[in-house]
Amino acid sequence: MSYEPHPHDIGPDPGAPLVDLPGHSSRGRLERVLRRGEFAITAELNPPDSANPEDVYERARIFEGWVDGINATDGSGAHCHMSSVAICALLTRVGYSPVLQISCRDYNRIAIQGNVLGAAALEVGNILCLTGDGVQCGDHPQAKPVFDLDSTSLLSVIRKMRDDGAFLSGRKITTPPRVFLGAAENPFAPPYDFRPLRLAKKVAAGAQFCQTQYCFDLPRLQAFMAAARDMGITERCFILVGVGPLASAKTARWMRANVAGVHIPDEVVKRLEGAKNQKAEGKKICVEMIQALREVKGVAGVHVMAYRQEEYVSEIVHESGALAGRSPWRRDFVAKMQPVESLA
Amino acid sequence: MTPAAFEPRGKRPPPDRWPWLRLWSIRHARGLERLYEGFERALIAMRPMFERIGFARLERPVAALESAMKGALFDCRMCGQCVLSSTGMSCPMNCPKNLRNGPCGGVRGDGNCEVYPAMPCVWVQAYEGSRRMEGGDKIAHVQPPIDHRLKGASSWLQVARGAP
Repeated sequence: MSYEPHPHDIGPDPGAPLVDLPGHSSRGRLERVLRRGEFAITAELNPPDSANPEDVYERARIFEGWVDGINATDGSGAHCHMSSVAICALLTRVGYSPVLQISCRDYNRIAIQGNVLGAAALEVGNILCLTGDGVQCGDHPQAKPVFDLDSTSLLSVIRKMRDDGAFLSGRKITTPPRVFLGAAENPFAPPYDFRPLRLAKKVAAGAQFCQTQYCFDLPRLQAFMAAARDMGITERCFILVGVGPLASAKTARWMRANVAGVHIPDEVVKRLEGAKNQKAEGKKICVEMIQALREVKGVAGVHVMAYRQEEYVSEIVHESGALAGRSPWRRDFVAKMQPVESLA
Repeated sequence: MTPAAFEPRGKRPPPDRWPWLRLWSIRHARGLERLYEGFERALIAMRPMFERIGFARLERPVAALESAMKGALFDCRMCGQCVLSSTGMSCPMNCPKNLRNGPCGGVRGDGNCEVYPAMPCVWVQAYEGSRRMEGGDKIAHVQPPIDHRLKGASSWLQVARGAP
């Protein structure tokens, strides 16, 4: 592993904001890594069911030095956990690059716009705009679903806040939020032909990066990417493909039956079933997928979702060689490197 | 799980059986598109007459007529800002997540809804309908956030008024 971080990626102290770069919408490290053309890695943090900040730091620490962004999910699967904006704010205190997830299921446009300003004030540089799973699949099926905006209109609202310095109502924002905007896409759910077009719509609405659902079906992803390239999406949006280790054939079967939007082909389940050590095989499938994705034109990185197997993320990233000798930000960089101002 | 728990107020839960007329409308999206184009021109031409009668006085009877006709054909939810011509003649307000810009990521492998496993996804149908239409590429237009104040209002009168 190389210990030479890019000078743009470190500040005078870990919690301080980085300097502005021309052509960048955020001061975050994720945008810098992507714009430099590096193969980026992001990972999903499993939010704690507690009010203890240490629980968040503990979960983030295992990703340190291995990922360029940490996604804090927002009530994923319609289950209650610590809020995404709070997790992100805790992470920026240390210097991590969090990705704030906003789901339209739980807030209306008034709450969302307020949250965006608050998150940006807390130095959160990346926002992933989501529709959100329906409340029926969570632990509170009695809840009222909001769905005031949809993920595409949410992107257009935040872009307006950032670029026009105004709320949706037109009222002025004195200091607009500096954020890098992301969208989600699921190339593995019908209507398949509409999926690239839907991503194009999201890009038109403001998406600058995209994180996809779990990819276990390479041919389908290749077809999606081919269409995305033809439509010129890959030149305007960084596509990070979702990957993750499957713990066992049983987990795989459960996931595809119970988790909305997850598509796992039978071959993958059979391969897991035939393995002596299913957990190791699941990791191996994930490593091979990352290596295959590196070869797909237009794929800018991977988003590792290792739910309840977060401790394996570093191994998976290492074994895949996806970082190509690069080391993402870690706290000890600050002590070793001079801050960027003193280089000028 | 009670479906009513996640249905917005005033919105009926979807029928157990997919209404055949809604499917028919998607199969005949091209014909309906043509019909709508003519109807739209007629509405705009009738504007002076509507103005004489008064839009406010017309609102209730026209909204009732619109609700009955579009209710049968599209299972219309009277959002008051109709986008059927951009959604392949499949009403997006029938999506339990009220998505107006495309399907969510939860669409099942068989093309059915994540929330209602027995209901075909509104957006799978919308894409199919749009492929049959001449102006079907309008499905790529980004729809702005919905204006909840217009719920229950007549879209036809909006068209006659010359609203965008």
